[in-house]
Amino acid sequence: MALGDPASFSIELFYRYQDLAPQLVPLDYTSCPNVKVPYELIGSMPELKDNPFRQRIAQVFSEDGDGHMTLDNFLDMFSVMSEMAPRDLKAYYAFKIYDFNDDNYICAWDLEQTVTRLTRGELSAEEVSLVCEKVLDEADGDHDGRLTLEDFQNMILRAPDFLR
Amino acid sequence: MMQRPGDRSGRRPSRKPAPKAEGAPGRRGAPPGRKEQAGSSPKPGSPAKKQAERRRRREELGEPELSTADRPSQGRRKEDRRPSFKEKRAPPKKEKEVPGKEEMWKGLKKHRSSSLASSATGGESLSEEELAQILEQVEDKKKLIATMRSKPWPMAKKLRELREAQEFVEKYEGALGKGKGKRLYAYKMLMAKKWVKFKRDFDNFKTQCIPWEMKIKDIESHFGSSVASYFIFLRWMYGVNLILFGLIFGLVIIPEVLMGMPYGSIPRKTVPRAEQEKAMDFSVLWDFEGYIKYSALFYGYYNNQRTIGWLRYRLPMAYFMVGVSVFGYSLMIVIRSMASNNQGSTSEGESDNFTFSFKMFTSWDYLIGNSETADNKYVSITTSFKESIVDEQESNKEENIHLTRFLRVLANFLVICCLCGSGYLIYFVVKRSQEFSKMQNVGWYERNEVEIVMSLLGMFCPPLFETIAALENYHPRIGLKWQLGRIFALFLGNLYTFLLALMDDVRLKLSNEETIKNITHWTLFNYYNSSGWNESVPRPPLHPADVPRGSCWETAVGIEFMRLTVSDMLVTYITILVGDFLRACFVRFMNYCWCWDLEAGFPSYAEFDISGNVLGLIFNQGMIWMGSFYAPGLVGINVLRLLTSMYFQCWAVMSSNVPHERVFKASRSNNFYMGLLLLVLFLSLLPVAYTIMSLPPSFDCGPFSGKNRMYDVIQETIENDFPTFLGKIFAFLANPGLIIPAILLMFLAIYYLNSVSKSLSRANAQLRKKIQVLREVEKNHKSVKGRATARDSEDTAKGSTQNATQLQLTKEGATPHSAGQSQTLDKKAQGPGTSSSASETVLPASQHLPVSRPPGVRPDSGRARPQTHPWRSASAKSAQRLPR
Repeated sequence: MALGDPASFSIELFYRYQDLAPQLVPLDYTSCPNVKVPYELIGSMPELKDNPFRQRIAQVFSEDGDGHMTLDNFLDMFSVMSEMAPRDLKAYYAFKIYDFNDDNYICAWDLEQTVTRLTRGELSAEEVSLVCEKVLDEADGDHDGRLTLEDFQNMILRAPDFLR
Repeated sequence: MMQRPGDRSGRRPSRKPAPKAEGAPGRRGAPPGRKEQAGSSPKPGSPAKKQAERRRRREELGEPELSTADRPSQGRRKEDRRPSFKEKRAPPKKEKEVPGKEEMWKGLKKHRSSSLASSATGGESLSEEELAQILEQVEDKKKLIATMRSKPWPMAKKLRELREAQEFVEKYEGALGKGKGKRLYAYKMLMAKKWVKFKRDFDNFKTQCIPWEMKIKDIESHFGSSVASYFIFLRWMYGVNLILFGLIFGLVIIPEVLMGMPYGSIPRKTVPRAEQEKAMDFSVLWDFEGYIKYSALFYGYYNNQRTIGWLRYRLPMAYFMVGVSVFGYSLMIVIRSMASNNQGSTSEGESDNFTFSFKMFTSWDYLIGNSETADNKYVSITTSFKESIVDEQESNKEENIHLTRFLRVLANFLVICCLCGSGYLIYFVVKRSQEFSKMQNVGWYERNEVEIVMSLLGMFCPPLFETIAALENYHPRIGLKWQLGRIFALFLGNLYTFLLALMDDVRLKLSNEETIKNITHWTLFNYYNSSGWNESVPRPPLHPADVPRGSCWETAVGIEFMRLTVSDMLVTYITILVGDFLRACFVRFMNYCWCWDLEAGFPSYAEFDISGNVLGLIFNQGMIWMGSFYAPGLVGINVLRLLTSMYFQCWAVMSSNVPHERVFKASRSNNFYMGLLLLVLFLSLLPVAYTIMSLPPSFDCGPFSGKNRMYDVIQETIENDFPTFLGKIFAFLANPGLIIPAILLMFLAIYYLNSVSKSLSRANAQLRKKIQVLREVEKNHKSVKGRATARDSEDTAKGSTQNATQLQLTKEGATPHSAGQSQTLDKKAQGPGTSSSASETVLPASQHLPVSRPPGVRPDSGRARPQTHPWRSASAKSAQRLPR
C-alpha cells in the first residue's frame, strides 16, 4: 500500500529498460549489476527514434557522454522528459542537449548543428548562418557571441510552446 | 539503516519521511528501494523484511566492490561529466564506511549543534532556541525533499541527498513530536498522502471521462495541433448542442408529448385528408412532410392552450422562454470561451523578440512518435525557417508597390464579382423553387434545386478564391485570413439570400392567411348549421383531418432549415467519401499500374481542409440557431449529425488524409473561429428576432396562435399568473422612459470599461518597453564588463592556460568571439593560477574526499551547491574540467 503508483511506475520503466536488451539486463537487480544498454538500443525506442536530437539526449543523460545508459541514467532521462518535470529542470537539460560540444555554452557551431538537424540540411549555408546570427542577436544577453545557460533559460522560459 | 527510503516506507509507512519520499521524488525519481523492488519483483514470495535484510547485507558487501569496479570507467568521462562523476563516486565512499556511518553522521550533527544533538538523543529537555533551530533544519531538509525533483542532479546524487535528508528529518521529527502528537502527525501525513493519491486518481479519471480524448490525441500526433483543433472545436460544439438539446427536449418536447393533446385530436395535430394517403411514404417523410410535419418536431404541432396536463405546465410560455434562452446560453458560452482563450494568449506578447530562437529551440515536438509525422515536422520547420528568413529579408526590401496594389484590387474585384454572382444565383434558384412548390408533379431535381446549387457553390467557390488569391501575393498567414473571410462572406451571402427568399415566401403565406381564415370559419359554420341533419341529435364534430387550414409559415420555415441541415450533412459526408476516401483508394491502388507517381504527383492524397470544415461547422450551427425556434427537433438532428461526423471524420482523417505540408498554429486561429461563431450567432439572431417581434403568428398552428404577436405570451402570463403589483412593475419597467436611460447607462459603462482597459493595456505596453530597455542596459553592461575583464587578464591567460584553451574549445574556429573565451580563461587563471596548479586542485580534492568523509556530509553538500547552478560558478567548473 505504501508503495503505490510510483513503484509500479518505476517497475514499468524498469521493464521497459529490461526489454531493450533482455540478454544484457538481468531481471534480478538485487546485486546492482553494472549494466549498460548501448546507444543503438536506446535510440531505437519509439519515444526517441524520430527525434533529431536522440543522440544528444542519450549522451547528455548517459554517464560517459557516449550514449550508453545504466538503469539510473535511464530513470534520469525519463524523469526529466516526463511531463511532470518542472520547467526549470527541462530548460536546464534542454540547454545541455543543445550544447553539442559540451562546453557549457551554446555557441554558433552548436546552433548550426541544431538548425541542420531540425531541417535535415535543407537550408543553404547562408540561410543557416543568417538564422544563427539572428538567434544570437535575439537571445545573447551579454553579446559574447554565445548563449550561456542564463541566456537560454531567460529566453526559453518565455516561449509559448515550451512545455505547454 | 539509512540507505533505502523505499524499504523504510514499505516497512513503516506511518513515519513522516516515507510519505514524502513517495510523494516527491518517488514518482519519477524512483528511489533505489523501489527500483530494487522492481528488480527483485520476480521473487514475490520473499517477505519485505528479508529483502531489506539482504539488501542491507549487499550494501555492506557488494556495493563497495561495485564502486571500485566502477571507477576506471568513470575515469574516461568527459569534462562536463565531472560533477556527476564526483556525485557518483560519493555514495560508494560513504557506503564503504557503512558500519560506522550512522554514528559518524550523528557525530556530524553533534558537531554542528552539539547540545542540540545530545539533548535530542537524551530526549528530555530541549531549550526553546534549540528547538527552533532543529525545527528550522528539519524544515530545510523537508524543503529539500520536496524540491528534490527539480534539482538537475543525477539519480545517484538525488538518492543520496534524499536519504540524508530523510534520515535527519526522521530522527529529529521523532525528538520533536512525542507520543500522541506524533501518532496524530503520522496519521495526518498518511491521510495527506492518500488524499494526494486520490486527487491524482481522480484527475486521471477526469481525463478518461473527456469524450474522444484518445481519438483526438491520436489525430494530433499524426496531423499536428491545427487539425486536432478542428476536432476539439467539434467536440465543444457537440457539448453546446447537447445542452441546447437537453433544454429544448426537457422543457418543450417531452412535456408536449407526455401531457399535450394526442395526435389526431385537433386539426393542427392531424395530417390533412388530402395528404393522408402518401403521408407514410418514405419520399414524403424524407422531405419532412407527412407525419413528420405534424409531429412535435415542428412549431405547428403545438397547441395554444395556456396550460397542459395535471402539472398545469405553461407550454406556450415555456416554448417562448426556451427559444430565448437558447440564444442567451449560446451567447454566454461563446463569449465566455472567447474570454478564456484571450486570457491564455496575453502571455504570448513576448514572442516577437525571440522569433528565431523559439523556432530553433522549441519548434521540435518531442511527442512525435511517428516517422511520417516526423518527416512532415522537418518539412514544416524548414518552411517556417524559410518563411522567417523571407520575412527578415522582406522587411529590408521594397518591391514594386504599384503592381501588387493593382493585383490586389483586381483580385478583390474578381472575388466580389464571384460573391455577387453566387448571391444572385441563389436568389434566382429560390424564386424558381417557390414556383415549383406551387406546381404539382415536380421532379427530384426541381425540389432540391436550392440545396444542390448551394452545395455546389460551397464546393467550387473556395478553390476559385484560392486561385484568385494567388494574384495577391500575400503572406500565407494573412492570405489564410483573407480566404477565411471570403468564404465566410460567400456562405453568409448565400445564407442571407436564402433567408430573404424565405421571407418573401412567408409574406406571401401571411397575405393568404386572412382568406384561409375566412374559409375555415365558413366551413365550420356551414358544417354545424347546415340543414338536413336531425336537429335533436347534436352533430358529431367535424373530423380534424377535414378542417381546412392555413399554410402555417412557421412550420414551413422549420422544414426548410431541417432540409438544409440534412442535405448539408449528406453533402459533407459524400464529399468526404468521394473526395477523400475514394481518391485515397485510387491513388493507393492504381499507383502500381500508372504512368506517373500518383502519390507524389498530381492527385496525391487529400489534406484535411481545416478552414472549410470549421466554417461549415459554424454555418451549420447558425442554421441550427435560426431554425430551432420553428423546429424544436432540429437540435436533436444536429446532435446526431455532430456525433456521426465526429466518428466519421476521425475515421476519414486517419484513413485517407495526409498531414499538412505547413502546419500552422492552432492557438491563434482558435479565437478567430470563435469570433466568426459569435458573428454568425448574432446574424442568426436577427431574423429570428425580427419574425418574433414583427410578424403575426399563424392563426391555426403553433403555441402562439390567436395572438397578435408571439411575445404577447409574456404579457399574458404576467397578467394571469403573477400578482397585480408585479404586473405593474413589469409595465413600469417596459416603459421607454426607463429603458432609454438604462441603455444610455449601459453605453456609459461600456465606454468607461473600455477606456479603463485601454489605459491598462497602455500601461502594460509601457512596462514591457521598460523591461526591454532594462534588458538592453543589462546586455550592454555585461558585455562591457566582460570585455574589460578579458582585457585585464589577457596576458596571464594567454601565457599560462594555452593548453586549456585547446582542450576546452575544440571548435575554436566556429566561435567568432574570442572575448568570451578569454573571459572564462581569465576566470580560470584567477582561480588556480596556472594550468598545472589547476590540475592539482582537482586531485587533492578527490584525495581529500575520503579523508574528510566523517564530517564529510557538510563539505560535500557544500561542494555540491555550485553544481546546482553550474552555470554560475564558471571558475570552479572550468577548473575542475581542465585536467581531463
